[in-house]
Amino acid sequence: MQALTPAAAAIELRGIDKSFGVVHAVRGVSLRIEAGTITGIVGENGAGKSTLMSILYGLYRADAGEIWVDGQPVEMTSPRDAIAYGIGMVHQHFMLIDTFTVLENMVLGAEGGLMLAGGLAAARAELVRLGRDYGLTIDPDARVADLSVGEQQRVEILKVLFRGARTLILDEPSAVLTPQETDRLFRILQTLKARGVTVVLITHKLREIMAATDRVYVMRQGQIVAERRTIDTGTEDLAELMVGRKVRLDLDKSPSRHGEILLQAEHLSLIDGRGVRLLDDIGIELRAGEIVGIAGVTGNGQSELLQVLAGIRPPSGGRLTVCGHALDARHPGNPAEMRTLGLAHVPEDRLRQGLVAAFEASETSILGYQDGPPFTRNYLLDGPAVGAHCARLMERFDVRPRSPSLRSSSFSGGNQQKLVLAREIARQPKVLLVGQPTRGVDIGAIEFIHRELVKARDAGCAVLVVSVELDEILSLADRILVMFAGRIVGEVAPDRADERRLGLMMAGADAA
Amino acid sequence: MRAPRRPLPTWAEIVLLPLVNIALAFLVVGVIVAIIGVDPFHALRLLVVGAIGSSESTGYTLYYATNFAFTGLAVAVAFHAGLFNIGGEGQAYIGGLGCGLAILALDGWLPGWLLIPLAIAASALFGAAWAAVPAWAQAWRGSHIVITTIMFNFVASALMVYLMVNVLIAPGSMTPQSRTFAPSGRIPAMHDALAAIGITVAPSALNLTIVLAVLCCVGVWVFLWHTPWGYALRTMGHNPEAAIYAGTNPRRMTMLAMCLSGALAGFVGVNELMGVHHRIVLDFPAGYGFAGIAVALMGRSHPLGIALAALLFGALQQGGTELAFEIPSITREMVVVIQGLVILFSGALAHLPRPWLQLLLARRAS
Repeated sequence: MQALTPAAAAIELRGIDKSFGVVHAVRGVSLRIEAGTITGIVGENGAGKSTLMSILYGLYRADAGEIWVDGQPVEMTSPRDAIAYGIGMVHQHFMLIDTFTVLENMVLGAEGGLMLAGGLAAARAELVRLGRDYGLTIDPDARVADLSVGEQQRVEILKVLFRGARTLILDEPSAVLTPQETDRLFRILQTLKARGVTVVLITHKLREIMAATDRVYVMRQGQIVAERRTIDTGTEDLAELMVGRKVRLDLDKSPSRHGEILLQAEHLSLIDGRGVRLLDDIGIELRAGEIVGIAGVTGNGQSELLQVLAGIRPPSGGRLTVCGHALDARHPGNPAEMRTLGLAHVPEDRLRQGLVAAFEASETSILGYQDGPPFTRNYLLDGPAVGAHCARLMERFDVRPRSPSLRSSSFSGGNQQKLVLAREIARQPKVLLVGQPTRGVDIGAIEFIHRELVKARDAGCAVLVVSVELDEILSLADRILVMFAGRIVGEVAPDRADERRLGLMMAGADAA
Repeated sequence: MRAPRRPLPTWAEIVLLPLVNIALAFLVVGVIVAIIGVDPFHALRLLVVGAIGSSESTGYTLYYATNFAFTGLAVAVAFHAGLFNIGGEGQAYIGGLGCGLAILALDGWLPGWLLIPLAIAASALFGAAWAAVPAWAQAWRGSHIVITTIMFNFVASALMVYLMVNVLIAPGSMTPQSRTFAPSGRIPAMHDALAAIGITVAPSALNLTIVLAVLCCVGVWVFLWHTPWGYALRTMGHNPEAAIYAGTNPRRMTMLAMCLSGALAGFVGVNELMGVHHRIVLDFPAGYGFAGIAVALMGRSHPLGIALAALLFGALQQGGTELAFEIPSITREMVVVIQGLVILFSGALAHLPRPWLQLLLARRAS
């Protein structure tokens, strides 16, 4: 790898501008990414980071501005160009084919010739060299499906390096990793940097910026609002820059005063059609006035647990008692019944479950509560009542813009989430299940959502929060349960929990 | 990131876009007509005059439109629930059997004011029942509704031939049709109804069933957008997971949507048998069930759009017949080509002009 002189930036953007219709997504952004450094780009959702990187990677074309690579102005018309200029992107969602081996995935799109054998042999040699140079060892003949998530990400990085990338763009790389895997990823990035590779890290997690980068750009509303050397800044400073006002990252909450048990799961299990145990002997007690957090790496049964508790999927075994009402495999509840019992559910994936993208916000604001008063009178939906209800929710939960007749899909992620949360909390439920309360939500809204959850708790609601964000669990929960492989592997009080210990439990290493 | 373009406003979606589609279709039709040596403008004039040039032709246009409205609404209701009902043809056929049986059984006993509503209900019930079987198979057994409803069209057709030839045929008749309904089982023709209040129009097949079609348009609109069931039905169509989350039972909702759809298609039997033929005949659905798909697509599954699309299809049907009659080189098949092109442009290529319109409207807005 040729060492580049520090004088010419690996990448330089000059006055990049991009609009989508009336949305001005990126406004005159100029930035320099020095060769052989790790540069972070932080910003809230919708701040324009992804758009900017998509322009750099040739997925979008800028309306105005120039892209310079290694001191030369270039035209990026497609990812092919970007790859030719040595820019590679590791997407948040892996673009791997599970049933293929690492090697086969590696040559995908660069098979090299009519027959596969030659390309595979060359790729194998290259893989060995990359492994040696960058310390990224992986079995080339392993099936991707058999690899851990962290290893799959390594394959993605190798794929990009294999294409000859000297600049690596990583989009929210830690979203699917345990803290330990994230640390390992950052060590890999440091190695890459030491070998002269330039890394651009896009994230909304300030801690990762602090841990991994040399320099950080903060984006807000399509503009670069600050550039800092990482050692000169801190998370509070960056958060304030991102949001444009002071943000309190720590949550002020009084100790919980918990009361009666409102939701109790005993030996709950769920077995899918292929006989896989998705939930195994789950026992949970949820009391009025407490927040129980469920930590775990994505895909360890948290989604299924929420679905069973909310009545969406019937359990295969065990017993579930909700507000004194017992349900089991033979008499499973359904979501409508759960709602009448006083259970509310903010689903993990608001776009797929919590709202209907094509509906007006007012229609979304009654989803699940449409039958009966106050929204249905004499068999007809009361349009004005629905609209007024939505307007009230928007006012109370600061949903912007405040237009009940706007399509649900036109709101930003944070505002969609606030609308869903508003709908569920407004009913003053006895039990509130919340999945990923702040996924894809900007910092300003995170703060708000957390305070609302604590408020609901203080009003006597039993709250269950499932989140992959450890910080969130640590600051919100009064008790923390850790899930691994469909089981609850431990319970920790947040004041005695640290990330390392939780991380080990999340990885199944410590069943304390 | 955000979608690059803003969606079209509703009026443009259900009025402007279809009009542009039709214009494109007629452009291609014009080229084809010119190729076979006919002046396209002359042909277009004949088509329009043939469709709405006289009170008789307008009557026929409206009569055809009545059928298209029923099957278009049928497809739309199922479509809002995310179900593709291809079985309108069979449901219309069996719906006709329902009203026919009711009338044949009761027209000697009951007066018209009682028999007609009863027969209309019977056609809805039979149409719904014919849709309920594929719906059940989809909801509980996972058989794909597109496949089963298509198959049920053939079953309906075979069943009707059997019944007409072996059971319902009028004694001594040489053609497979039932005996004529008594007057108490007939829906008055429009020209008679209007004559009763002193308005004279030329006789045509148009009958008072069109009032039922208008009521159905309004009813479907109220149901889909102003009742909790319609709300739940649309939720399922847009986002099945959200519907389950909201507590909707997807099986029951599939049954409800398909039964409503089948009932609407069944009303074709009312228009044809009670309004025109006054007996049960073979093959009266004549493709209306399939055309309903195009009507619904063109009308953007909205009752208002469907009413407009049904009128257009009615006009094409009637004007096309006249056109084939007037110009020998434009055969009946040519008329089918014209209808096919309209369906192609308003169905399969319906979204072709959307980006242009979005661009145009965005530019005008800014």
